[in-house]
Amino acid sequence: MNENAMIIETIIKAVTILAVFSALAGFTTYIERKILAFMQRRLGPMHVGPAGVLQIAADGIKLFTKEDFIPQNAVKPIFKIAPVITAATAFIALAAVPILPEFILPFTDYVVRPIVADINVGILFVLGAMSVGMYGPLLAGMSQSNKWGLLGAARTVIQLLSFEVVTGLSLIAPLMMIGSLSLIDINNYQTGGLSDWLIWSQPVAFILFLIAGFAETNRTPFDLLEHEAEIVSGYATEYSGMRWGLFFIGEYANLFTVSFLVSIIFLGGFNPLWFIPGGIMILLKISFFIFLFLWVRAAWPHVRPDQLMWFCWKVLMPVAVINILITGIVLI
Amino acid sequence: MKQQVNRLQPFFENVSFDRDDNHMVVNFGPQHPSAHGQLRLILELEGEEVIKATPDVGYLHRGMEKMGENMMYNEFLPTTDRMDYIASTSNNHSFALAVEKLINVEAPRRAKIIRVMLLEINRIISHLFWIATHALDVGAMTIFLYAFREREFVMDLMEDYCGARLTHSAIRIGGVPQDLPEGFIESMDKFIKQFPIDIKDYEDLLDKNRIWKMRLEDVGVIDQEMAQSWGVSGPALRATGFQWDLRKESPYEVYDEIDFDVPFTDSCDSFGRYKLYMNEMRQSIKIMAQCIPLYEASEAGVMAHAPEYISASKEEIMTQNYALMQHFVLVTQGMRPPVGEVYSATESPKGELGFYINSQGDPYPYRLKVRAPSFWHTGLLQDLLPGHQLADVVTIIGNLNIVFGEIDR
Repeated sequence: MNENAMIIETIIKAVTILAVFSALAGFTTYIERKILAFMQRRLGPMHVGPAGVLQIAADGIKLFTKEDFIPQNAVKPIFKIAPVITAATAFIALAAVPILPEFILPFTDYVVRPIVADINVGILFVLGAMSVGMYGPLLAGMSQSNKWGLLGAARTVIQLLSFEVVTGLSLIAPLMMIGSLSLIDINNYQTGGLSDWLIWSQPVAFILFLIAGFAETNRTPFDLLEHEAEIVSGYATEYSGMRWGLFFIGEYANLFTVSFLVSIIFLGGFNPLWFIPGGIMILLKISFFIFLFLWVRAAWPHVRPDQLMWFCWKVLMPVAVINILITGIVLI
Repeated sequence: MKQQVNRLQPFFENVSFDRDDNHMVVNFGPQHPSAHGQLRLILELEGEEVIKATPDVGYLHRGMEKMGENMMYNEFLPTTDRMDYIASTSNNHSFALAVEKLINVEAPRRAKIIRVMLLEINRIISHLFWIATHALDVGAMTIFLYAFREREFVMDLMEDYCGARLTHSAIRIGGVPQDLPEGFIESMDKFIKQFPIDIKDYEDLLDKNRIWKMRLEDVGVIDQEMAQSWGVSGPALRATGFQWDLRKESPYEVYDEIDFDVPFTDSCDSFGRYKLYMNEMRQSIKIMAQCIPLYEASEAGVMAHAPEYISASKEEIMTQNYALMQHFVLVTQGMRPPVGEVYSATESPKGELGFYINSQGDPYPYRLKVRAPSFWHTGLLQDLLPGHQLADVVTIIGNLNIVFGEIDR
């Protein structure tokens, strides 16, 4: 394949992922509202369009046409750039995630690999990019000259930094078994059907990673960063319009990234199962995890920041280290 | 500028919000999502820990006590709705009871039974609102919507009786405005059967919920000494181990004929108070159920007969000259209670709600003072909050069931 073709292909893939996931972020808000409504004995959005589907469009129009408000004492350049960091890093993280299995483009014999960059340290790259995303809320909170924003930013940093440790440590055990950091390799390791899924050999790591995933994506019960009852809107207090929308899109893109990571690492990724093709399989798994995130949101209250820290450092981290130790002994 | 010696402490204007000792001073309210109305709480934070809390009230002040002194007794009654707007009937009732005590009139038996029914319906409305907003503050969103659905059903009952859902004015001085409408007993009976199942639903979601327990247990501990020195009443007092309920201690209406328990606990913390609220709703159901046979056994007539103070029935006014004259005087000039002062306290859903009335024999009270339970619970915050996390502040404010209409009056 010549170089130009590769560049063009990569650009097309990148633009497709950007477009699809931006739209999905909006669509997920609709799904979220509908599922929460279902669990809370109410209807959810239902007036705009059939069953309220066009609510996303209405929300989008509102976000785009809203006044772009910048507080007087804010540090303006940083205030403006912060939401972009969140959204950008969330999509950059998606670059190394294989979205679907390889397929042949219809009417041609061209094989498409639906991953923007198959780098051999894929998982490190994804985690790294996601943790750079922490700068978005941090800078936003510090630049907006609002005390609630500052508190929100402080919470963001302690929460994301702490749970980064758990994410990393919980992944070490399965990676020791696989021996590769590439997400494609991890996926191929589990080709042998249901019994090959890593969730059976690494259940502890799976649970730890899932819990850390809740924290990394700011979902209930760990959504301390913008818990309205306590710190107004946290780092997003002074944001409005599309700047706020970018935080939102970034958050939902992260939600998808984490769902993809869990499905690929622990649940056999996009390998076909029985009669179900791999592409459908991964979509089912993603949908399940999104649903799980919403389900938890409907059922649980929030924890307190100090309880979260206690949970992270005194419960999850020791468990993760012990899990690594046991895995190491078994492997030897 | 020379300092004014007589100015009241503390000087809120002088709180310095920019400090260089690593402490952050934040204004929690009056425009804060969980300030429960218009509470302004000045918090000094070290990290997330509160080291000093100063509650500041008055953002919803409407001068109700002064308004009461410029209104006839009957005119003031609908105004009491706007105090504790979550449980307006209990305000109406407390005021009406105080005036009745002043003019030495007793409501007829049927009116008393209807009052007890309405008061307990109101208690359930208030407690459901409490569990809903409290859970929402802590983050349990689903409870909010669950509790609000049942609250709609209870409010439908209230609407059946008086036509209003928020500001009921369902009680008059000397009785109640009307007999129970047709079908009220049936729908109340249906509700009495259904509601315990709904309470079970909330408890299933919360009682064994680890995070709910983590957030409430050992948070906001009010011990007996603190409760006594701050004038705490209601469920917050009962959570310290005192089995103190004015419905039992100084029974009014027909509470002394009804068999009910006063739930109490000595856990002192927010979780204990949550359990109390749940049990109190069960007791309210029990009281309502016992009211039905009492009601059916009582004879008709819902307004006291005291033509000097209370207008006679419509029929009498239309047929008897003297009754018409008295009615005319009562409407244009208002009743003139004897000279004297009275304090009457009732157990509102939030605690001891008392009305003090000083009458000089005029149609207007010389002085009217309200003892609202939430006011005392707000003062308590400055002793209670230091040492807690910022997140606990929200839990505690929600848990104490503060309603600002009644604090600022």
